Amino acid sequence: MTITLKVDVHHLARVEGHGNIKVRVVDGELTEARWDVVETPRFFEVMLKGKHYTAAGILTARICGICSIGHCLASVRATEFAFGVEIPEAAAKLRLLAKHGETLQSHVLHLFFLAAPDFLGLHSAIPLKDIKPDVFALAARLKKLANDICDVVAGRTTHPVSIQVGGMARMPDKHTLLDLKSRLERAVDDLRVTADLFRTFEIPEFERETEFVSLKGERGYPFIGGRVFSSDGVEHAEADYLAMTNEYVTENNTSKWCKLSRESFAVGALARVNNNYHRLHPKARAVAVLFDLAPVCYNPFMNNIAQLVECVHVVHESMRLIDELVEMPNVETMVPVTPRAGRGVGAVEVPRGILYHDYEYDASGRIVKANCIIPTTQNNANIHYDLNAMVRQMAGNTGMTDERMELLCSMLVRSYDPCISCSVH
Amino acid sequence: MKHLNIERRRPKIGVFDFTGCEGCELQLANKEDSLGAFLSAIEVVSFREVSSDNGSDYTVALIDGAISRPDEVERLKEIRQRAQLLVAMGSCACFGGVNRLKNAYDLDEANREVYGDCPKQTMPTMSVKEVVPVDLEIPGCPVCKDEVERVVQHLVWDLPLPTYAYPLCLQCKQRYTVCRFEFGELCLGPITRAGCNAPCPAGGLGCWGCRGPAEAPNYDEFFALTAERGFDRQTVRERMGFFGGFDHVLAELENQQEAIHDDHA
Repeated sequence: MTITLKVDVHHLARVEGHGNIKVRVVDGELTEARWDVVETPRFFEVMLKGKHYTAAGILTARICGICSIGHCLASVRATEFAFGVEIPEAAAKLRLLAKHGETLQSHVLHLFFLAAPDFLGLHSAIPLKDIKPDVFALAARLKKLANDICDVVAGRTTHPVSIQVGGMARMPDKHTLLDLKSRLERAVDDLRVTADLFRTFEIPEFERETEFVSLKGERGYPFIGGRVFSSDGVEHAEADYLAMTNEYVTENNTSKWCKLSRESFAVGALARVNNNYHRLHPKARAVAVLFDLAPVCYNPFMNNIAQLVECVHVVHESMRLIDELVEMPNVETMVPVTPRAGRGVGAVEVPRGILYHDYEYDASGRIVKANCIIPTTQNNANIHYDLNAMVRQMAGNTGMTDERMELLCSMLVRSYDPCISCSVH
Repeated sequence: MKHLNIERRRPKIGVFDFTGCEGCELQLANKEDSLGAFLSAIEVVSFREVSSDNGSDYTVALIDGAISRPDEVERLKEIRQRAQLLVAMGSCACFGGVNRLKNAYDLDEANREVYGDCPKQTMPTMSVKEVVPVDLEIPGCPVCKDEVERVVQHLVWDLPLPTYAYPLCLQCKQRYTVCRFEFGELCLGPITRAGCNAPCPAGGLGCWGCRGPAEAPNYDEFFALTAERGFDRQTVRERMGFFGGFDHVLAELENQQEAIHDDHA
C-alpha cells in the first residue's frame, strides 16, 4: 500500500502572523514539506534610520503586539550601551518585573487560547466559556493578572510607556504592588490546576536533535542581557550576536533564516529550560519533573510544557521582586541621558526566544544604522526542518490521513508559538 | 447558547489582520473582566489568530493593520464586499500607523538593504480607507478595547456610540495627571483626539498623537505653545508625523509655508 498525503494550510490559524504549510507525500515518498512565512515586510530597520533615541523604543515596541515590552527593553538597552548609560537598581528590578508580566501574559495566551484547543479537539478557546467555564475563568484570571502587572509597571501592556532610556519613568505605588503580590499567590494555585489540565493532554511523540540557543544564566534564570550560548557549546558576548545568528535571506520567505552549528537552531522556552534548567525556581523545576521535562529535550511539542514551567517560575520570581521593590520606595528610577556617537546591542529573552537590537548612533543621538534579530526568525528554519523530519517519520503511521497530518503539522508549528509579524518586521 | 430557551441574535463578526503587529486584535482578548460577556454578545465567524474556523458569513468586519502589498488590496476588497459594516481598528488601519514611516524612504533601496539580491514584494503603506470605503474608525495604538466594546454594545443593544471631539488634555485633567509640559516634555495632547483616557501621560510619557486629531484643534496656538516651551518646529513635526494621523495637517502646513515663501519671494 502506497501512502499519498496532501496538506495545504494557507495562513495557519492560532499563530501570530501569516505562514503557510505545504506537505506532499506521493507513493510513500516525501516530495515536499515546507513552512513558508508570507507576512508583509514592514522594514523597521530602515524606518529606525534618522530617528532620535527617544523614538526608538516607541517605534520598535510596534514590531509586536504581544512582546512589545520585550522589544522596548532590548531597544533601550542597546541605546544605553551606545551612550554608556547605567540605569538605577530600582529601574533594573522594575524592568525585570515587567518582563515577567509579559512572559506570563504571552505564555498564558498561547497555552490556553492558541495551543490548548488542539489538545481538546476544539477550533478555538471560545467554546470553553460554555463547556468548561472554570477553565475559561482561570485563563482569564491569569491573563488579567499578567496584563495588570504590565500596566502597573510599564504603563501599558501592549506598547509600554514607562520603559525609557535611562531607566523607568516612575516607581509604582507600594500598595498597588502588594495587591499584585496577593494575586500572584493565588496564581500559584491556578497554575497547579493548569498543570493538572495539561497532564490530560496527549503530547505527540516526536524528536529531532536540535541545537538550542539562549542567554546564559549566571546568577539566575536569564531574561535581560548577558552572554549567549548554545547546547552545542558555542558561546559569545551579547555584543557578538551576529556570530550566534548568521541570518540569511531565502526565496520563499519574507522572514530570514538563521543557522549556527547545524542547518538550523531553536530558541524559546524549551531552549531556555534546556540550557538553564538548574537556574529555574525549585517550584518550576518540580513542574518540569511532573512532565518528565529535563535537559536535553528534543521534542518541539514540549515547548508548550516549557512555557508552563516558565509561568510558574516568573510568578514566584515576581513575588520576590515585589518584596524587594516595596523595601525601596523613594529611590531614583531614572538617570539623565546624554547622547553620544556609539553602538550598542541589547539582548532580551522574550517569550518566544532571544531577541537582539543593535543600534549605531551619531553624536546628536540619532540612529545611523539598526539591526534587529527576532526569535521567530531564528526558529523558522528549525520549524521547516522539523516538519520535514516529522512527516517522514509519521507519514507511514497506520490510519494517517490528510486531516490528521494537517493537524499534526499545525500543532508542530503552533508549539513554537511563532510570532511571525515579528520575525519579518 | 440559549437564554430562556431563545437563541439570542448576535452580530456576526470577522476579525482580519493585514500589515501590523496584531496588537489591536489582541486587545479583543484582553479586558478579561468583561471577556466572557463580550464573547457571548457576538458570534465570531472568522478570527484567524484565535480560531481555526474560517467562515465568510460575517456582517461586521474588524480590520487590524495597514495595506502594504497588492495581495492585501485584493483580500481587503473581498472583505468589503461581504461585510455590511467595516470598522478600521487601530492607527494602522485608520491612518497607516508607524508602517507609514516607511514611505519616506526609497523602497527599492530599503528592499536591497534588508533583503539584498532577493527583494520582497512591497508598496507604499496605505490606510484602509485609501483602498475601500470605511464605515467606522477606532483610532489608537493599540486600540482601546473599551471603544470596541461600545461598538458591540451599540450593535446589540442600541446603546449610544460616543465619539470624542475634544482633545486629550481633558482626560489628563480628569485623572489628575500632572501635565507633561510641566516636566519639560513635549506632548501632543492639546491637538489629539481623546478617548484613550491618556495612559501615556499617566505612565510618564508625553502623548505621541496615535489617535489622530481632535475636532478642529487650534494648531496655531499649539505651535505657539511648543515654541514658548523651547521645542523647535522640526521636533514637533516629527512627533506629529509618527502615527500618520496628522499627515494631512502636516501636508497643509508645508503648503502654507511654501505659500508664505512665495509671497515673500
